[in-house]
Amino acid sequence: MNYRVDDRGYYGDFGGAYIPEMLYPNIEELRNEYLKTIAQPDFQKEFKSLLKDYVGRPSPLFLAKRLSEKYGAQIYLKREDLNHTGAHKINNTVGQIILAQKLGKKRIIAETGAGQHGVATATVCALKGLECVIYMGEVDIKRQAPNVARMKMMGATVIPATSGSKTLKDATNEAMRDWINNPVDTHYIIGSVVGPHPYPEMVSLFQSIISKETKQQLIEQTGNDQPDYVLACVGGGSNAMGMFYHFLDDDNVRLIAAEAAGLGINSGHSAATSMLGREGVLHGSRTILMQTEDGQVTEPYSISAGLDYPGIGPQHAHLHKVKRVEYVSITDDEAMEASMELSKLEGIIPAIETGHALAQLKKMTFKKEDVVVICLSGRGDKDLETFMKYFNL
Amino acid sequence: MNRLTQLFEKKKNDILSIYFTAGYPEIGATLNIAEALEKAGADFLEIGFPYSDPLADGPVIQHSSQVAIENGMTLKVLFEQLKDLRSRVSIPILLMGYANPMIQYGVSNFCKVAAEVGVDGVIVPDLPLYEYEELYKNDFISNGLSNIFLVTPQTSEERIRKIDSLSNGFIYLLSSSSTTGKDLNVSNEIGDYYNRVKAMHLKNPLIIGFGISDHQSFSRANQYANGAIVGTAFVKELGDPENYLSHIPEFIRKIKG
Repeated sequence: MNYRVDDRGYYGDFGGAYIPEMLYPNIEELRNEYLKTIAQPDFQKEFKSLLKDYVGRPSPLFLAKRLSEKYGAQIYLKREDLNHTGAHKINNTVGQIILAQKLGKKRIIAETGAGQHGVATATVCALKGLECVIYMGEVDIKRQAPNVARMKMMGATVIPATSGSKTLKDATNEAMRDWINNPVDTHYIIGSVVGPHPYPEMVSLFQSIISKETKQQLIEQTGNDQPDYVLACVGGGSNAMGMFYHFLDDDNVRLIAAEAAGLGINSGHSAATSMLGREGVLHGSRTILMQTEDGQVTEPYSISAGLDYPGIGPQHAHLHKVKRVEYVSITDDEAMEASMELSKLEGIIPAIETGHALAQLKKMTFKKEDVVVICLSGRGDKDLETFMKYFNL
Repeated sequence: MNRLTQLFEKKKNDILSIYFTAGYPEIGATLNIAEALEKAGADFLEIGFPYSDPLADGPVIQHSSQVAIENGMTLKVLFEQLKDLRSRVSIPILLMGYANPMIQYGVSNFCKVAAEVGVDGVIVPDLPLYEYEELYKNDFISNGLSNIFLVTPQTSEERIRKIDSLSNGFIYLLSSSSTTGKDLNVSNEIGDYYNRVKAMHLKNPLIIGFGISDHQSFSRANQYANGAIVGTAFVKELGDPENYLSHIPEFIRKIKG
């Protein structure tokens, strides 16, 4: 089975570049240049050096002993929360900013939901001295004030998306409209494995460092690079794609992706795309998305802003369809409880997004010797207010 | 040959096309507006079917789409309304919208029903050439529908030739790389681009769209192309759900000058 992108930009039935003609030259330039540019020795040298000295990679693979004891397995946490800016998002923005510079772009735009990708983009723009414009839903700007302040401190302009539901999907629309109106000097750093080809492939390539390091670390720590289970949470799906990337062809490794069920799959307040969505086109690619019978995109809900997206990346849609990855749904309550549990057992406060992956442990039965890797995609500092309200802290 | 290709046989210059969103400002407005536009002297019409995430559109058309969706407009409702199309309107009609609603309706079924109610062509800005050619071309052709593609100042000559070969109807020449509703600024550069496309002697007529808002921009566009499309400026006129038809004759008269 082939899980990778083909020459046409498709993963099985999913992917492609469903974009208006105005974006064609931009996308065509990227499609022609990204692999060539990434393969150049000076790109690789700079990418590796920034990941090591600026981001702080490799991120540790940590054997969580008390968590392991509780669930009767060998549970390892891949600590993306220890990266600079506190999440996996920066792996991608570091890669794309070097690419943008090599393509001669002077201005960077990005969309953000919770603000993590916006912060990671503002960070690398400050590092490189490039102009940075971040689109963020008006509703999210109010919900995520600290991240808005961080972006501003690093010199970014934050523009509220006031169309539609005023959240992540609308911020993405606004960023694409900006790109249509500024086709020559601007690069759009998409934050997840979504969007028109080659974005899903490019972002997963930059995030694949997660699984590459994990394999090396597993050999060092266990003598075997084949765990029994690999778990990650999925909104658009970038940390999961990075975590799964180098395990896709290892048939004996079970890959599990946790989606946000919100208040429950059938509550009408959910973001469990693989359960509730149908095939269609969203933000430039054919994928699975939540929509009305008439094809209007519906508004998702999750307590975690990072999973609050009505689609999944096209490669996830393919991995779901061919059943290489198992997609499960985790409610707000389950994710919050699992976040609290990790904090108490290991002294690590995870992002609520990551709490969704952790909550899956409870639903599985393990053998004592099973090796489980969980992508700890981000830290929970940004979610403190939500934790305080939810747990009455 | 459909009504659109017949129109281009007869009329070579100053062709005026108007875009509006179905179901805006009220759900029953679609055919009333179409009828009024024909009477006022429009040559052909683009009826937009609304989508929640219209990437290529500026605020005015986004707003009209959102209101239309809230009013209950769907492709099913639109096709139901269009059953009376040919008893009320005789000029060519195109449907314009985004790929997802059409794909959910079923592209093959969409083309069949569109042809049955008397639609002449379709414009889907986010349907790529490759997918059109591989997956959907036969549905359009077997139902006699014209499929219209966009060309921008950044489109390469090779790609324009490819678009010309896949088009039957006209080529939708964008005044600039922009979303809908920006002001048209006819700089020398834009003139060079129009002349460059004109000099290619394509088989399809050229109609300029995006940024055409008044008589001045309409007549300038007509110096280079066979006609022009007005969208945003017209949709702006329709805001009042009680009294949207009364502005139409004056609006068209002013554009034509």
